[in-house]
Amino acid sequence: MKRWLHVACDAILPPLVLLVLVAAVWQWAVVRWDVRPIVLPGPGLVLEALYRRAGDLLRSVIFSGTAAMLGFFISLVAGTLIAFVFSQSRWLRTSGYPYALFLQTVPIVAIAPLIVHWCGRGWHSIVMTAGILSLFPFIANGTAGLLGVDPDLLDLFRIHNASRWQVLWKLRLPSAVPAICSGAKTSCGLAVVGSIVGEYFVGYGSKSFGLGYMILFAVDQLRMAELFAAVLASTALTVIMFGVVSLATTAILTRWYDAPEAQGDP
Amino acid sequence: MTSEPLLPLIAADRVTMQFASGPMVLREVSFSVKGGEFVSLLGPSGCGKSTLLRLIAGLLAPTSGRLTVADEPPSEARRERSRVAFVFQDPTLLPWRTVTGNIRLPFELKGILTDDALARVNAVLDLVGLNAADAKKRPRQLSGGMRMRVSLARALVTDPNLLLLDEPFAALDDVLRQQLNEELVRLWQRSGWTAVFVTHNVSEAVFLSQRVLVMTSRPGTVLADVPVPFAYPRTSDLRGTAEFARLTAMLSQRLREAMS
Repeated sequence: MKRWLHVACDAILPPLVLLVLVAAVWQWAVVRWDVRPIVLPGPGLVLEALYRRAGDLLRSVIFSGTAAMLGFFISLVAGTLIAFVFSQSRWLRTSGYPYALFLQTVPIVAIAPLIVHWCGRGWHSIVMTAGILSLFPFIANGTAGLLGVDPDLLDLFRIHNASRWQVLWKLRLPSAVPAICSGAKTSCGLAVVGSIVGEYFVGYGSKSFGLGYMILFAVDQLRMAELFAAVLASTALTVIMFGVVSLATTAILTRWYDAPEAQGDP
Repeated sequence: MTSEPLLPLIAADRVTMQFASGPMVLREVSFSVKGGEFVSLLGPSGCGKSTLLRLIAGLLAPTSGRLTVADEPPSEARRERSRVAFVFQDPTLLPWRTVTGNIRLPFELKGILTDDALARVNAVLDLVGLNAADAKKRPRQLSGGMRMRVSLARALVTDPNLLLLDEPFAALDDVLRQQLNEELVRLWQRSGWTAVFVTHNVSEAVFLSQRVLVMTSRPGTVLADVPVPFAYPRTSDLRGTAEFARLTAMLSQRLREAMS
């Protein structure tokens, strides 16, 4: 327990001290040069907006977070399946990889309207945008993990006359788990970005809305303190997503390599 | 154990190996290994010993020449009659599997997970000196020597009649290497499989084998076929004898010739 406290202090205290320092300098600068809140609200105003809109912000975080999580899981399944296909044939890989790369290089703001056009103005379009933006790390890491198997292990399977399916199921897939976990850490942040950007293009007619809508609304109404509050909430959501995915991947990898009591080898 | 010691007879006749657009690795290698024999391939690093072992395992095909195991091309022999097992230089264990999970892998790949097979897994654990507590551990939780024992157990679990060993103890310290050499000799005597052991360690080759094939630098070829006259069982005392020292000195001299 004491060790955990020590680790927590080491990890949390320094950035917290920096945050307080930056906020202090920010507040001082706003007062010193009499900056108008419409240009840059002070940290006090931002805190006040955070408190005032706490309910809406929490609902938005849940809305955007759920869309991001769903998009993340869709990309996990789709990306791993595509990586499977790529790992099976060099021809398939060289044919398909440029198009997978396209998903990574094309700006999401360019394809989000297309997704909304095809899928309609609804929550599923937001999920789809989050899914597409977070897909590539799973494809890239999954393919690298499935192909980057120790050649001696491949020889071992050949010596025992293993089938292609056995090599895939008992060797390539388990070998790729660390790489897929690493891809998950990159993808979760992208999924949050995708869900917020998706909202920009979906628009709203219902009571449900997320962080993207809150940001757009705050900009339109020139409510800068609320904009900052929404941006802080978006950052918090990304940190939470990353934290959850990191904990999950650490738990998976620890169980994968260390746990002596673990049973049921694949 | 119920091996068939006379089955795999290895015959290499002017075997040459050259990888595409690469230098020649082996040049006209000829030798034979009788069933039940323990033969070491001794040569400097990079002389093609491991490539030769992979040719015998049927993992590679020779560029020219003829290589057979039990009168068949190695890849055919592996699929049909012969039970070939390979021990790599690294333990090559699946890190996500327990020791037991690693050892039973060959049975899983063959689709044999009978009670007999599982009993055999436990028996072979005992054979290589691992206990029940070790059986539940993952490779990362084992020492280098224990990992190599697991690797050896996995090779022995299917009761092979041809065991190919590619410098399996090269990364271990001297004391552990000698200890595992003694255990390997004991296991070979009990079971009677044919063994081809690749090494660049003269003392190891002499201690283990009935014959030592000395190979030249790349492109590798067999420079000398030296019989080792010591009776089995061989114990650590053998290393202290004058005959052992004489033979290792002679082989070291041949090895120097091979490298020049």
